[in-house]
Amino acid sequence: MNIVVCVKQVPDTWAEKKLSATDKTVDRESVDGVMNELDEYAVEEALRIKEASGGEVTVLTMGPDKSVETIRKALSMGADKAVHLVDAGLHGSDALATSYALAKALGTIEHDLVILGVESTDARMSVVPAMLAERLGAAQLTFARKVEVGDGTVKIERLTDTGYDVVEAPTPAVISVVEKINEPRYPSFKGIMAAKKKPLTTLTLADAGIEADKVGLGGSATTVADVAARPPKQAGQIVKDEGDGGTKLAEFLASQKFV
Amino acid sequence: MTADVWSTPERVALRALAREFTVREVVPYLDEWEAAGELPRSLHEKAAAAGLLGVAFPETAGGQGGNAIDSAILSEEMLYAGASSGLLASLFTHGIALPHIVGSGNAELIDRYAKPTLAGKLIGALAVTEPDAGSDVAGIRTRAVRDGDTYVVNGAKTFITSSTRADFVTTLVRTGDDPHHGLSLIVVDTDTPGFSVVRRLDKMGWLCSDTGELAYVDVRVPASQLVGAEGSAFAQVARNFASERLGLATHGYGVASRALDLTVEWVRNRTAFGKPLIGKQVVRHKLVEMKRAVEVSRVYAHHVIERHAAGEQLFAEAALAKNQCVAACEFVVNEAVQLHGGAGYMRGTEVERHYRDARILGIGGGATEVMNDLIAKALGW
Ligand SMILES: Cc1cc2nc3c(=O)[nH]c(=O)nc-3n(C[C@H](O)[C@H](O)[C@H](O)COP(=O)(O)OP(=O)(O)OC[C@H]3O[C@@H](n4cnc5c(N)ncnc54)[C@H](O)[C@@H]3O)c2cc1C
Ligand SMILES: Cc1cc2nc3c(=O)[nH]c(=O)nc-3n(C[C@H](O)[C@H](O)[C@H](O)COP(=O)(O)OP(=O)(O)OC[C@H]3O[C@@H](n4cnc5c(N)ncnc54)[C@H](O)[C@@H]3O)c2cc1C
Repeated sequence: MNIVVCVKQVPDTWAEKKLSATDKTVDRESVDGVMNELDEYAVEEALRIKEASGGEVTVLTMGPDKSVETIRKALSMGADKAVHLVDAGLHGSDALATSYALAKALGTIEHDLVILGVESTDARMSVVPAMLAERLGAAQLTFARKVEVGDGTVKIERLTDTGYDVVEAPTPAVISVVEKINEPRYPSFKGIMAAKKKPLTTLTLADAGIEADKVGLGGSATTVADVAARPPKQAGQIVKDEGDGGTKLAEFLASQKFV
Repeated sequence: MTADVWSTPERVALRALAREFTVREVVPYLDEWEAAGELPRSLHEKAAAAGLLGVAFPETAGGQGGNAIDSAILSEEMLYAGASSGLLASLFTHGIALPHIVGSGNAELIDRYAKPTLAGKLIGALAVTEPDAGSDVAGIRTRAVRDGDTYVVNGAKTFITSSTRADFVTTLVRTGDDPHHGLSLIVVDTDTPGFSVVRRLDKMGWLCSDTGELAYVDVRVPASQLVGAEGSAFAQVARNFASERLGLATHGYGVASRALDLTVEWVRNRTAFGKPLIGKQVVRHKLVEMKRAVEVSRVYAHHVIERHAAGEQLFAEAALAKNQCVAACEFVVNEAVQLHGGAGYMRGTEVERHYRDARILGIGGGATEVMNDLIAKALGW
């Protein structure tokens, strides 16, 4: 099974995220970048499938030059090679544009499975996997908490609010994974040293056959019209319990229409 | 520029790995291990899986490759991220228990001990010190007498790190009467009849690192367990002096750097006389003195480590680096406790643990005075 894992570099989860003042995109230069946490689970799952049944794992990342750090991390965990889609024209792409660009890049890589995280920690749209499946004309198996590959098929347990569904589809298929699926490995030191020798292909818009007017800020279907900072936390109201704490609590809940 | 070798993309990634491992696998449990008096084997397995045990060991011996710069980066970043000197001493005891085995090139011993240890499956210790011979290594009396295909070992060792958990102990023994040329190294499996851990020693610091007193009573060890040639141990041990001392130098500036960070944070947040403590000039000056101690030590140690990694023989410099970093560490942890006030004296405050842990650095791996003797000699004084 040849697997492509889509990995996104996001601003460090703990860093304060900022939007660029000029075009309202995420400021990726001023903060450290890390691999989107859920994508570590996606990489781990791909490696486990490869270890059990062979094949090759390719990392695909769309992002600025800096994202190569994240690509290296995936390679040092054990992925075999990487494709980096990098072009100034991609800056500001929304989910539709991102899925289009990723689909085009995937057209250059032989694959049976595409694995993604269910959501990125910076933009949190949680729609790229579904859009990607649609664009590829492949089956979509989202929110997987377990993946089993068969001969030309793949079966997942899809996490739901109440339990899970078992969903099976022929390959090629697109899978998105939740963090319950596994425990990602650390990239070993040997893996870190080996990563620099693994093939890394860089693609521009032209290389991937991407039409420039379908990506970037201009090619996105959505525009961010305005942004506002989150208002500072209001000081809470302290209720002293003088024997009537319960009543006061109930009154508060009623006033806020919680009860 | 010399700084480059410390920040290649691979070393930046190693640093990130060391930090992530420490934050996730070490910091949350350190208090628990301090109370238990030892590290769990599962930590060795996890560290091995992340390739951390094999850093600076050759791949042919089950290692991960890399050199002294890589192991310094690993240790210092773990310390900056909240690990402790005691934890490193115990988790990385193989750093002193294995080099002779690996250096000997003995394939059988490498397969039996080095590979499984670097894979986190075995724990090893190095036993040199005896109840009446520490600094004076040539004074050891534990004896191994050849009897056919075996050696019969009799004697006692003490203050041996990780030995109460160890599966094997690389033991310095006397096989002849010559003070230096009568010394040999032999690997003793801890389940061999006659070998015993007399007791686990209670210490001032390094609480998560178990330390044992060992007895050898007619312990029969196959002669094939000898590391290198009979009588060659002094040279083998001496060959590892520089890396052991540079390792402890790294503990010194690493702990000092961490203690300084914790202290800056503390004096920023602690209010006294209506202002944060850091508002006092005396306090700021003290922080600057601590900073100077940390930076000078780190830069000198890095410099010596770089030259060591490049293959230079540096007896005086490694000893100077150790003494410089140990002195800096003692100064910084002392001031760190001082600036933390009463809280600095309390169990559970991190600098209190570093203060206790730091005290061993000037005693183990060659006491400060022994280092000074060596430096003077190397300089022809
Ligand atoms: C303030 C603000 C508002 C925005 N509003 C919108 C909006 O309304 N509509 C909109 O469409 N976009 C919006 N965006 C764009 C957004 O930044 C995303 O870049 C884009 O939608 C991609 O989706 P996601 O990261 O949320 O992906 P998700 O669907 O959350 O990501 C799921 C998975 O897709 C994969 N993936 C995602 N991106 C990449 C990549 N670049 N390379 C490789 N794999 C990847 C990863 O495996 C990831 O785990 C907004 C951005 C900002 C800063
Ligand atoms: C926590 C801990 C862990 C240890 N782990 C190990 C281990 O894993 N394996 C192992 O083999 N050993 C280990 N040791 C032992 C350690 O290496 C010795 O304690 C150290 O070498 C000093 O030897 P000593 O204790 O016999 O002190 P002594 O040799 O008796 O020296 C006592 C003091 O005398 C002074 N002194 C010594 N020599 C001179 C000199 N030439 N000139 C001037 N002053 C001098 C120094 O101040 C020295 O501290 C450990 C010790 C501790 C405390």
